[in-house]
Amino acid sequence: MTVLPYLVVVWILAVGLYGMVTSRHLIHLIMCLIVVQSSTYVLLLAVGYRNGAVAPYFSDIGVHTPAVDPVVQALALTDVVVEAAVTGLLLAFAVQAQKRFGTLDPHELVQIKG
Amino acid sequence: MSPAARRWVFLAAIAGLAAFYLWGLAGLPGFGHYPGPYGLIINKIAVAQTNATGVVSAVNFEYRGFDTVGEEFILFMAATGMSVVLRHLRGERERPGLERGIGADEPPTSDAVKQAALVFVGPVLLMGWWLASHAQTSPSGGFQGGVVLATAFILIYLSGGLLTFRRISPVTLTDAVEAVGAAGFAAVGLAAVLMGLPFLYNYLPLGIKPGAVSSSGTIALISFFVGVEVAAAFVLMVGEMLEQTLLVRGEAAT
Repeated sequence: MTVLPYLVVVWILAVGLYGMVTSRHLIHLIMCLIVVQSSTYVLLLAVGYRNGAVAPYFSDIGVHTPAVDPVVQALALTDVVVEAAVTGLLLAFAVQAQKRFGTLDPHELVQIKG
Repeated sequence: MSPAARRWVFLAAIAGLAAFYLWGLAGLPGFGHYPGPYGLIINKIAVAQTNATGVVSAVNFEYRGFDTVGEEFILFMAATGMSVVLRHLRGERERPGLERGIGADEPPTSDAVKQAALVFVGPVLLMGWWLASHAQTSPSGGFQGGVVLATAFILIYLSGGLLTFRRISPVTLTDAVEAVGAAGFAAVGLAAVLMGLPFLYNYLPLGIKPGAVSSSGTIALISFFVGVEVAAAFVLMVGEMLEQTLLVRGEAAT
């Protein structure tokens, strides 16, 4: 089934978003955001895949061996780095929210904010 | 909005999104039928142009090196942002008795964990260094290597506690190392401008043999600087989080 990777993408996106929408804890919400972002890795790598092709590393294979698209792989790498940066920053916000308001429940935080 | 209503709104929205997605999917080439042309062209020319057999690194540090500068500064800004967000609040101070050992009220780390962490520090450092310095030949590079190098510092924390972690990575020194990594990348690019070449132009000798560690010119150099920057950024971010465990609010402290 050749569309399976694309269906996996939308499934990961949907369960991640569902977790974010129904989340009752900021740390859980941040983890769900990571799940949402993971769907983009699958999408990027799926878009660049070629049947029967190898990884784009030509250390021990000929230069003309069919290889998958290296551009989307580089983009996936960028994606991972940005995710790590964003996650670190969001976790820092969660720590401060706990310290200032004494709760990590998004619903309660909204009520405190007014 | 009540949680139940929120869930129904979400389900309606995601059903619409899925419908559009499947509609869009119908127009895509099937999985495995890559249409090109960019990946095909780059795979064909990258090794000859850069002498780097790791084409992903060649893309990251050469063909779209300008993007990677931005990417690196995203990480730089995130580490900076974390220090700003996690600054001490009013009335907050470090828990007393830091020098006598941290977290005396918490169960001590077991000796097995400490030993295992200590044993892995050396190999992890070596692996991180290898990854950061072999971007041009293999599936590695500064980003991966930097994260592995930072892991070595986290292992030192696991083994020796926060005081040891602070001693081997003082914040001012780690800040300076991070700045050197970030500025090094930019400097490699700007050096090309000073020579009258385009920004990030690969002006170093490419080496004779593709796939040799000394080949690929600026790709290897940029990867090294990225490794330094990423390692320092992650050590800083982890350090900021660990410092939080030491803080107590003024009114809570007796």
